[in-house]
Amino acid sequence: MPSRGRRYFCPVKARVLIRPKEGILDPQGKAVERALPALGFSGINHVRVGRLVELETEDPSRLGELCEKLLANPLIEDYEIVELQEA
Amino acid sequence: MPVRFGVIQFPGSCDERDAVAACERVGEARLVWHEERDLSDIDVVIVPGGFSYGDYLRAGAIARFAPAMEAVARFAAEGGPVLGICNGFQVLCEAGLLPGALLPNENLRFVCRQVDLVVASTGSAFTAELTEGERLSVPVKHMSGRYYAPGELLDELEAAGQVVLRYAPGQNPNGSARDIAGVRNAAGNVMGLMPHPEHAVDELTGSADGLRLFASAAAGLRAVHATA
Repeated sequence: MPSRGRRYFCPVKARVLIRPKEGILDPQGKAVERALPALGFSGINHVRVGRLVELETEDPSRLGELCEKLLANPLIEDYEIVELQEA
Repeated sequence: MPVRFGVIQFPGSCDERDAVAACERVGEARLVWHEERDLSDIDVVIVPGGFSYGDYLRAGAIARFAPAMEAVARFAAEGGPVLGICNGFQVLCEAGLLPGALLPNENLRFVCRQVDLVVASTGSAFTAELTEGERLSVPVKHMSGRYYAPGELLDELEAAGQVVLRYAPGQNPNGSARDIAGVRNAAGNVMGLMPHPEHAVDELTGSADGLRLFASAAAGLRAVHATA
C-alpha cells in the first residue's frame, strides 16, 4: 500500500467501567439490593450500580484523558479501562 | 446605568425565562445562546436550571463544553459574578468553577417543594446584602441535588466560608452533605445552589426571598460602577 505520509491506525475497541467511588452512598445499588430478597435472592450485599461505555478509538493513548474529562467525574466515580483489543 | 444580566440558554434548559424575568426586576437581562462566545455586554451571568443537552451522561457533564461555558469560565476568571441554579450549579461543578459534585437524591425521587434556607455566608456576590443566619423560603425541584465533597474538602469549605446556604434543620430534601444547599468559589464571585431563587420573586407565588440574591449582585455592581 502506498504511503500517504501518515501512519494508519487500526481502531481499537475499548470498554470503560465507571462506578461510584467506594464510600459514596449509591442509592441505586441500595434499591436493587432491597428488591432482591422479595425475588428469592438471599445473601447478596454491597450492590453498586455503575455505567459501561463501549467505544472505538484510533488513539487509545488518550483514553485516560477522555475518562477524566467526560466519561467519569473523578471526584465521585472510579473508572477502569477494562478491555483493549483490535476491532 | 442598569446592571445587565446574561442568562445562558442550553438546549434542554427550562428555567431560563423565569431567570430572565427575575433579573429584569433588578436590572436588564437577555438570553445568551449556548453557542455565543461574547459576553462583553454582560455584568452578571446566570446559568439556569433544566436538563442541558438532556443530561444524558451525568447532570451538567456535557454542557460544560459549550462555547458559552468557555466564555463564562473566562468571565469568572476575570472576577465577573456567576450564579448557577440547579442544573446550572451542576454545570459549574462539572466545569471545575465550583468545588464538589451533585449526586442523585438519596431517596432517588424527584423532589419538588418549598424549603427554608439558612444563610451561612455573606461572602458571595449573591449573598453580600443578606445577613448570616437569616432564613429564605425558596423552592427546590430536582432529582440530582445531593451535594457531595470529600470530608477534608468539606472542612476546608466550611472554614473558608465557602458554604453559602444550608437547608434549615430537618429540611434537607436530598441527603446533601452537612445540609449544604449552596457553595461559592474562593473569590466569592461564583456561586451555585440547588434551590430556585428565580421561582421565588413575588409574594403572589409564596415568597419573594429569592429576588434578594439577584438584588444583591446588582447592588454590588452598582457600587462598583459608582466608584469607577
